[in-house]
Amino acid sequence: MPALDELTTPAGAGDTVGGVPARLVAAPRDTAEAAALITAARGLSVVIRGGGTKLDWGVPPRELDLIIDTRRLTGVVEHAAGDLITVVRAGTPMAELHELPDQQLALDAPPAATAGGTVAANASGPRRLRYGTARDLLIGITVVRPDGTVTRAGGKVVKNVAGYDLGKLYTGAFGTLGLITECVFRLHPVPAAALFVRATAPPGHAARILGGQFAASACEVNAAPGAEPELAVLLEGTATGVRQRAAAVAAVLGGEVSDTRPEWWDVLPWPAGGVGIKLTGTLSQVPALVATAVGAGATVRGSAGAGVLYAGFPPGGACPDACVEAGRAVELLRAAAVRAGGHAVVLTAPAGVRETLDMWGPVPGLALMRRVKDQFDPGHRFAPGRFVGGI
Amino acid sequence: MTSIDALAARLRAAIGSSRVLTDRQELRTYECDGLAHYKVIPALVALPATAAQVAAVVRECAAAGVPFVARGSGTGLSGGALPHAEGVLIVTSQLREILDVRPDDERAVVQPGVINLQVTKAATPHGYYYAPDPSSQQICSIGGNVAENSGGAHCLKYGFTTNHVTGVEVVTPDGESVRLGGLAPDVPGYDLLGTFVGSEGTLGVATEVTVKLTRLPEAVRTLLAGFASTDQAGAATSAIIAAGVVPAAIEMMDALAIEAAEAAVRCGYPAGAGAVLIVELDGPAAEVDAQFDEVSALCVEHGAFETRIAADDTERALIWRGRKSAFAAVGRISPDYIVQDGVIPRTALPEVLRRIGEVAAEHGVRVANVFHAGDGNLHPLVLFDDAVPGQAERAETVSGAILELCIEHGGSITGEHGVGVDKATFMPRMFSDADLDTMQLLRCAFDPDGIANPGKVFPTPRLCGERPGRRQGTHPRHTPDVAEIF
Repeated sequence: MPALDELTTPAGAGDTVGGVPARLVAAPRDTAEAAALITAARGLSVVIRGGGTKLDWGVPPRELDLIIDTRRLTGVVEHAAGDLITVVRAGTPMAELHELPDQQLALDAPPAATAGGTVAANASGPRRLRYGTARDLLIGITVVRPDGTVTRAGGKVVKNVAGYDLGKLYTGAFGTLGLITECVFRLHPVPAAALFVRATAPPGHAARILGGQFAASACEVNAAPGAEPELAVLLEGTATGVRQRAAAVAAVLGGEVSDTRPEWWDVLPWPAGGVGIKLTGTLSQVPALVATAVGAGATVRGSAGAGVLYAGFPPGGACPDACVEAGRAVELLRAAAVRAGGHAVVLTAPAGVRETLDMWGPVPGLALMRRVKDQFDPGHRFAPGRFVGGI
Repeated sequence: MTSIDALAARLRAAIGSSRVLTDRQELRTYECDGLAHYKVIPALVALPATAAQVAAVVRECAAAGVPFVARGSGTGLSGGALPHAEGVLIVTSQLREILDVRPDDERAVVQPGVINLQVTKAATPHGYYYAPDPSSQQICSIGGNVAENSGGAHCLKYGFTTNHVTGVEVVTPDGESVRLGGLAPDVPGYDLLGTFVGSEGTLGVATEVTVKLTRLPEAVRTLLAGFASTDQAGAATSAIIAAGVVPAAIEMMDALAIEAAEAAVRCGYPAGAGAVLIVELDGPAAEVDAQFDEVSALCVEHGAFETRIAADDTERALIWRGRKSAFAAVGRISPDYIVQDGVIPRTALPEVLRRIGEVAAEHGVRVANVFHAGDGNLHPLVLFDDAVPGQAERAETVSGAILELCIEHGGSITGEHGVGVDKATFMPRMFSDADLDTMQLLRCAFDPDGIANPGKVFPTPRLCGERPGRRQGTHPRHTPDVAEIF
């Protein structure tokens, strides 16, 4: 078995996670090498890095010896077009998956994000309204456990109830339960036609779209202090059908039909160094959530149709003022989200500010989650402290 | 007083005497679920009426170290709700209230004993329905659907139960109540809700379920197409999917299944068909009309000698009647049968169906095929006559061989019925020891003492605390002396 120093290289200046520098970096080429690496790295604290697009999400690691980089763990292993599935290595950039012939992995993600990272962060975008999220589209997974064991769950068929659905457990686990090396996804056909309808309208108007017969693929809101709120609706289907439905939606919202997406579509509403918060709530409470967040000075975007919104604040000044301000905003938004039956999670915040915030907020079932972590990673070595409740 | 007598006394004190059954005749009512050839009489049955009573029963079981099994309507087909001889059967059918229907939030909150179809009936006046629709939806309970992640014909387009459950309140095996998920999506933390759905009662008992409601479609169009062979019908299915159409349902029946359905309900399917396809499209009228013409043309192109289009709901019901009655109808043409449930990649359909025919012929039994063609979920009905010596064993052999075929082709040993007690021994053929050990890590987090539905899903559970991959010697729970403490 190769020794740790054969599998790793010393970390460079850029090899940090949330400001915490690593000592070593490794980029395994396949599942077997990843298993050998993790076995050799027993006792080290580990954070996994994909495309790095969400590496600043979550709490910085309590400690960090080794970054496992998935940049060499790439490639589409299988694309069974007739079965509408694909098997991909975890480090495969989403850009590559957006180019499958005639078919699509219907997950919105930045091109540089990786398949594994998108799963691990449970990231989602506008089209979740129609296609669901990574948890819905992932049908099989290969993971190297923190003890080096290679394990699989699910399979290559869409319909499968054999054994526990561990793919869901790893989805959104922020790398705290092991290294994802391969994912099997359900694909969808690329629709023949797609059109956007864009309107200046309050978020409450989204209910008219959901309650109608438009079968929208996405229904997004964009609101900011001092600006008229906007709604944008994506319609997909046959050429004739989409034209008719888009015209009907435009009539309901008083909007314009276009084949280009609004410039803010699927763009998270915070600049580098800002504070980014994910807000969830029941559909009927989306307008109230948007109003509270905008009232607090945030730009808000997200799926009015799914009840998942993102609120962004620009970088503030120096702490303590900026910290107090961010703390107040988080408190306000969290209270609003709880009233809406949902949650407010701070995804990212500038260093200095994030230490003063409760990033994850209250989490029901935390005792059970700790027991899960204890079982999968008894040494608490994988992404220590990055997840809920200090997991 | 035995430990069970003592437990019965405590349960009577906790939930009332009338809710605890110990009379052997009464217990016999619960000796099996829908898979009737496994029978075990439970030590006692508890019929709690509230979530608090469920928690009280589980707490008493935990304190006494007695295993428990949860049961909804008992329609499962894998022995998932088969009682434990020394354990408590917790029947959730008394928890049957629809607590809240929230069309504006596209959610309904229901108790686990609510019948699947009742959720749709409660949502329909608001323009919504509950999409997962197992064939047994008129009698199966939501709690059972959650336990088994069971779905039906609509799953191809709309997803499975797991995609439509956004929250559960669960009594964990230590008797604690915990909420997983809720009304809103993406609750922070591990997706324990996603792992609970389909865990077959091994992680606890659901006492409340929040489900997603789906907008009723503007248009529904249903087509019945008769083909000479299953190969042709399979090719038509692939062509429909390849054309980018995702129907609400594509169901296939072969000649023997058609014969059974005709004998039972006279559904009037095309005479002489070697296979029929039922294709249903739903959605906005403009989309459905355009795609329906394409689907009809593709069926004809791939050999359909007759296509019928349902003009109204009555005709649609008639088309579906044959399919929905197929399982029961098989009783008309065979004294006994095994319903198998396996999944294969859709593209393997022609080959696997041919191989099933060969294996059946080799062993001298007949197999009727009725299945969800769109997602490759096969339901071969292996027909036999128990009165003929050796035939039941041969049917078992064929049934097992079908699962082997599914695994060989990269599929699964169950698409909706669950593993239960029936297929636990097949799990190691689909999963490695490491895979099964990893599932046990989750089990141990929820149920360290292994009292929630023991003996189901996994062939060889391990003791929690024991590290994975180091199983040695006889499993303590399998040694007679230890088992007798139950």
